[in-house]
Amino acid sequence: MAGIDHAPPPFFKRGPAPLALLTFYLAVSLALFVVDLRMQSLGLLRQTVALIVDPVQRVAQTPGSLVDHAVAYLRGLHDLREDNNRLKQAQLLTAPNLQRLEHLEAENERLRRLMAVKDREKASGQVAQIMYTARDPFSRRVVIDKGQQSGIVAGQPAIDEAGIVGQVTRVFPFSSEITLITDKDQAVPVQVVRSGLRSVVFGLGNGQLELRYIPANADVQIGDLLVTSGLDGIFLPGFPVAKVTGIERDNAFAFARISALPLAGVENFGEIMVLSPRAELPPPPPEAPGRRANTGAPRKPGGK
Amino acid sequence: MQPTFSSSRILLPVRPWFIVCSLLLALLANLLPTAHWPGIPDWVALVVCFWCIREPRRVGMGWAFLLGLAMDVADGAVLGQHCFAYVLLAYTAAALSRRILWFPLAQQALQVLPLLIGSQLLQLLMRLVAGADFPGWGYLIGPFIGALLWIPGTFLLLLPQYQPVERDENRPL
Repeated sequence: MAGIDHAPPPFFKRGPAPLALLTFYLAVSLALFVVDLRMQSLGLLRQTVALIVDPVQRVAQTPGSLVDHAVAYLRGLHDLREDNNRLKQAQLLTAPNLQRLEHLEAENERLRRLMAVKDREKASGQVAQIMYTARDPFSRRVVIDKGQQSGIVAGQPAIDEAGIVGQVTRVFPFSSEITLITDKDQAVPVQVVRSGLRSVVFGLGNGQLELRYIPANADVQIGDLLVTSGLDGIFLPGFPVAKVTGIERDNAFAFARISALPLAGVENFGEIMVLSPRAELPPPPPEAPGRRANTGAPRKPGGK
Repeated sequence: MQPTFSSSRILLPVRPWFIVCSLLLALLANLLPTAHWPGIPDWVALVVCFWCIREPRRVGMGWAFLLGLAMDVADGAVLGQHCFAYVLLAYTAAALSRRILWFPLAQQALQVLPLLIGSQLLQLLMRLVAGADFPGWGYLIGPFIGALLWIPGTFLLLLPQYQPVERDENRPL
């Protein structure tokens, strides 16, 4: 009848049962977790959420940057003058080398052409500012202030004044994430400068690096400089990566345990340079049958 | 008169915009560049837990899921890591809300502690299964600080709901 309302009063409207909701949300979360971890195909979702969270992140960064600016302002003239003098001296010291660099490069190019060797690629890139460290305590990443808007793509290497810092792994519209070389999942193909030995250096997650897959009797010494070998087609060859700090040779294992420290100020804040992607390498020759692919292959761009 | 927590004063109804603001502020606090300092609590977990206990009908697993997604992206963590932990935290908090509210504040904090630790441990477990390294015991200090902050946090978040005590001198009851 008209006067009787059979619908329960809104007080009792509580939506689906909590247990059903819980199951639904947990299932969605787990699905996200597995898909993101195994298939890495959630870039669009991540970018969308990043776009929404970005303003909040910028606001959260302001107190820190305000303090930085205030400190820089209050540092005073004396410090700046000292800095300036030091930098001038440093520039003077490097001037002879730099002035001859162009000449040497030209000469090198000419000689290479004489020997019919392919020209070396020139390094170029854009300067970016590290905004903050990603909060995830399980990985070593920093976020820089350049993203898709500046043409950054995943896979680009990043350097500072001393060497390789890391590699761009995720790109958002206005920022991008750089996985540092000390991250547990990051690998950089390197070469020992002194002996020309090639290997791959892995992060250990605690600020150190490890040179893996080097036989126990290989020619590596403490203090050896490791530079990028460029075999991966991502990093340009010749950039300093790390210095060997410890070698453990144990007969029980086929490989030596070689630890190294990164040369770049990997855990510092400041400006870094994101190098432009390299030109494509020629495709590798077809693999001989019966040989397995090399382990320790470098990280492909766009990876986790 | 200052309100005390032991009193069972009648609170004004909560304003929805205040809940939203507090949740967004917690997200902002989580994004502050304090990642290096040990023992910084997970503000979002704390505030979500608080509202799920105080207002289980207004803040629930939906909010927890959305904030978890935002935290996953902002942290650069694996998607779903915070979502999972927050949703479970919200469900447990809402399920236990009647019981927890029965206790005085210090004991409430003791009851909230296992919830916060559980959500942190769950995230740790998920990442360890996914192949990450143990990040050190400093990772587990946060929930303890968070539980300590339960008492001032409750005062702060309930502040807009306290009403002035009107005492009628003529009719003291």
